[in-house]
Formats: sequence, C-alpha cells, structure tokens
Amino acid sequence: MMLKLGVPSKGRLLEQCFDWFGQRGITLRKSGSDREYAGAVDGAEGLELVLLSAGEIPRELASGRIHLGVTGSDLVRDKLADWDRQVAELAPLGFGHADLFIAVPASWPDVETLDDLDAAAAQFRRAHGHRLRIATKYHRLVRDFLTSNGVADYQLVDSQGATEGTVKNLTAEAIADITSTGETLRANHLKILSDGLIHQSQATLYAARSADWTNGAPAVLASLAARLGIAAPTL
Amino acid sequence: MAPKAEARAEADRLMAAFRAAGAVPVEADILQPAEVLLDLYGEDIRARAYVTNDPIRGEMMLRPDFTVPVVQMHMAGGADPARYCYMGEVFRKQEHLTERKSEYFQAGYEVFARENPESADAEVFALFAGLLAPLGLRAVTGDIAILMAAVRGLNTLESRKAALLRHIWRPGRFTRLLDRFGGRVPLPESRSRLLAAITSGESLTDAPLVGLRTEEEVKARLAAIAEDAAHPPIPADEVARLETLLNLTAKSPAALARLRDLSREMPAVLPAVDRMEARLAALAARGIDIDALDFEASHGRTTLEYYDGFVFSFHSADPGLPPVASGGRYDAMTVVLGAGRSIPAVGGVIRPGLVADLKGTP
Repeated sequence: MMLKLGVPSKGRLLEQCFDWFGQRGITLRKSGSDREYAGAVDGAEGLELVLLSAGEIPRELASGRIHLGVTGSDLVRDKLADWDRQVAELAPLGFGHADLFIAVPASWPDVETLDDLDAAAAQFRRAHGHRLRIATKYHRLVRDFLTSNGVADYQLVDSQGATEGTVKNLTAEAIADITSTGETLRANHLKILSDGLIHQSQATLYAARSADWTNGAPAVLASLAARLGIAAPTL
Repeated sequence: MAPKAEARAEADRLMAAFRAAGAVPVEADILQPAEVLLDLYGEDIRARAYVTNDPIRGEMMLRPDFTVPVVQMHMAGGADPARYCYMGEVFRKQEHLTERKSEYFQAGYEVFARENPESADAEVFALFAGLLAPLGLRAVTGDIAILMAAVRGLNTLESRKAALLRHIWRPGRFTRLLDRFGGRVPLPESRSRLLAAITSGESLTDAPLVGLRTEEEVKARLAAIAEDAAHPPIPADEVARLETLLNLTAKSPAALARLRDLSREMPAVLPAVDRMEARLAALAARGIDIDALDFEASHGRTTLEYYDGFVFSFHSADPGLPPVASGGRYDAMTVVLGAGRSIPAVGGVIRPGLVADLKGTP
C-alpha cells in the first residue's frame, strides 16, 4: 500500500517543503525533467510523492485521493467546510507564514476596529445604496469571521489577485487578504484593523480522514510519523 | 428521512388545508435574482443559498425561501386582503457536515391584511397548530415588536438606538453594543486615542483618500463618535430592564403579566404589549390553550432578519431536528419590497418532510 503525499508543485513552498522533509531524513525530489510534475521519494518506504497546485491540495485531501498533503492552513480552512472533520492536522511546518487581515483605507481615522467597520458599513449603505464591499479570495474564512463578530451591511466581492488595488479602483471599500510584510498595504494607502486578524496561516502537513487507511496504510503512516518526530493521528 | 414522494404527499395535504382556509395557491420561480435576496438578508444568505450564474440575468439563487417572491408578487399588484399558499422545494447549503437536508419541501401560508393584525397572527398560528396537533410538538412564541419598542424607548442618543435596532438579529453584537452604550466596558484604546486627537484638533491622517467613501462621510462619523463620547451612558437601571425583558421566558399569561409590570418603568413597550394581549385573546378564541403556550422574548432573534412582530415555531422532542414549522409577522419587509407601498403581513411555513417523518415514528 502506497501512501500518497501531495506537496505544492512549484516555487518557494516546494523548496521549503523538500527542505523540511530532507532535514528529517526523507528526500523528496522532482523526477524527470525540471518541468515535469512528477516526484520521487528516497528514505521512506511506501510513500509516493504527488506534485499538485497548493490551491488544489485541500480538495484532494477532502476527496481522499491523497493520504497526506502540505498546504497553507488558510487554504484548508477556507476551502473545506468543517475542515477538522475532513483532515487531521499533523504538524505545522514553520514556513509559508502569512496573516489574513481585514484592511481599510488609511484615510479612515474613524475606523480602527470591527465595531467601527460595522458602524461605517451601516453609514456607507445609507449613503451609497449598497453594502460596503470587502474584496477577498477567502470567502468562507472572512464571512465566518465577520458573522461571529456580528458585522453587518457588508458584501464580499471576489478578488483572486492584486486585492490591495481594488479600493483605489473603486471595486471595493475594504479588503481581506494575506500579508506577510504590510509593505503592499502601505503602498496602497491601506491599514489593518486592530482586531482584524482573521487567521495566522502557515504551511501545514495534513492527513485526509477519508483516504483509504486500510491495507497496511496505518503502519506506513506510523513509521513515517516516527521518522518525522510527530504524533500519529487518530483518523 | 421520508422519501420525497411522502414529503410531497404531505405537502399536498397541507395545501388542501390551506386552500380550505381561504388561501389562493401561488407558484414561485426556483431561480431567484440574487441581488434582492442579498440586499434583504446580507452576506449570510450567500453562505446558505446556492448561487449560480445566468449569462443574461447575472447572479441567481436557487430559492432559499418563498416569502420574498410571494411578497414581491403581492406588492406588484395583489388586491388586499389576500391569503396565499404555496409548496415546493427550497434549497439551503449546509456549511457543516450534517444530516440536515440541503433540499426540502416547504408548504406555506401567508396573510396580507390591513385590518386587525392580531387576528391574522392568531389565524396563521392556529391553522398550523391544528394541522400539527397529532405530532405533539412544542410551540414557542415571541414578539420582536416588543423588543424594538423597548430599544426605541431608551433614554439615549438616536444613533445608539439605531445601532441596537440594527443588531436585534445579532444577539452577540447587540450585547456588546449595550455594554458599550451602558458604560460597562472601557472604550477601546484606539477610540480613546482618536477622541484625544479630535479634541486637540491635530491632523487625524495624512493618507490620501482612496475608495468610494467620501471625506464628508468620514467627518460625519467622526462627529457622531465625538457626540457619542460626550453623551452619558444609558442608565444602568434601563440596561437592566432591557436585559430582564430579553431574558423573559414564561407561559404566555405569566409573560404578559411580567411585561405589564415592566411597562410601568418602560412605557414605550405598552402599545406592543397591548397587541400581545389582543393576540392572546384572538388565539384563545381560536381554541389555543394559551395557558400552556410558551413565550420567549428573544425568540426569533437568530433567524434571518425580517420578522418585526409576532414570531413562532413548532419543535419536535428531538433537539437535533430543525423546527417543523416557523413563521411570523414581517410588515417591514413589505415596505422594503413594496417600492413605496406596504401592507401588514404574517405567514409561516411547515416542512412536510419532517411531518411525514414524525408521523412515521411511533
């Protein structure tokens, strides 16, 4: 029985992921040419490497097509309903840090907290006839956060990239996006709300609850967990 | 879960009863324009409704309820008084892994009538109570109008009352606002700093204005913040009375007596309490045992926001099941959807699938 491990197929996440496993004696590498999305594993029996887009890894985990996967905790929580019933968190990997924040124009001195955002949203709706728009690609995380904080009179507008620019382009009044430095926010004349931290994300190793865990798979997982120095999960 | 055919047969039986009560059967499209629903219910509905895209009509939703299309149909030219009934599938996304269905039948009954709203409230409730009687359900009632009147009667800034009214349907935020306005929690640090800066007249920001929200809007809100800070908190005894009201749960006659007591100190609720008394009389006249009827002042506060008067629901003994039936008065929604017209309206829905399930369980 081969356990399938899905990791991001390119970029810094891929390198850091290879490093993390490498430091624990498991060599992950791309096989074939540099452009081919195929992988190989040395130093761990029964483990098969699958290179996937980081954004698709949550779905692949949920469907159980891969047993293990590395992706950002923001993506898992945003894309999977009741994420912790679909996947088990095995280990945070200590890289790929990004904080998901709500940010508003820096030219709004009256808005520093979610309370303020809610009040400004009510005022905005009266003045403009539509709800205050928040641009984001993290719909579930942002909506759950705002609902649990009782913010009303907003609407989410989808933004898959260059989200900081949506306010200037008049397609949104505020944004919810990941930021690792804050530079882009400042450059776009935005500021984060003091209580607007939605989620602190990092690359995380997950196990799929619905994958096929029969036929010796638990033994492979247990030996892998021992190699990695992490507790084997109850699935 | 009862198979769909059984749910449909049960819906047909309910429809026959609704027609016998004088309702005209109506239909509603399954695909509804998303904009109207989003505008009414806010972003929460997007989490609950299936949104799809039409190349011509834009964002559409699989009907999450019938109330909106039925109100729209009536406001577009129905003569009043009117009674409508309908049945069909509604669609609700389940955001959690659950046994709850995302597609199920509703059978509903709505009354649009200008005269004697308490009688119309009683008519809908008694009709449902009669139809559901064999199932031995527990009915719970409430009255959002009493809560709204209590908030409107507070001795405080209009802006504070408006903020509280807006959050009647979000109890968590309502409580936080009440704590703030009642002076029970300190101002957030950022607010204290802002107030100091406003007072000292220093420049509040050097950032260029970006986005649709104008400088005038920012200034207006800064003025509102300063006004709020200059105003004394809502007196502690008023906050306490409001909380007593919100927490009130009792059998209806005891609840009414308690509300009469409270209204001595909060006279603003009197007209709404009078209407509750008239409603109880109308319910009793229709054979409802009001001595056994539960009243919970906060009932209906966690539903989709549009009820603004009498609210009710019927529950089975299994706490895992959603309400078998629910409904209430939604006068304000007819204002929003009426384009200048409005009419008092009350109605409710029964879930025929649950009725069939419960009939099947001995």
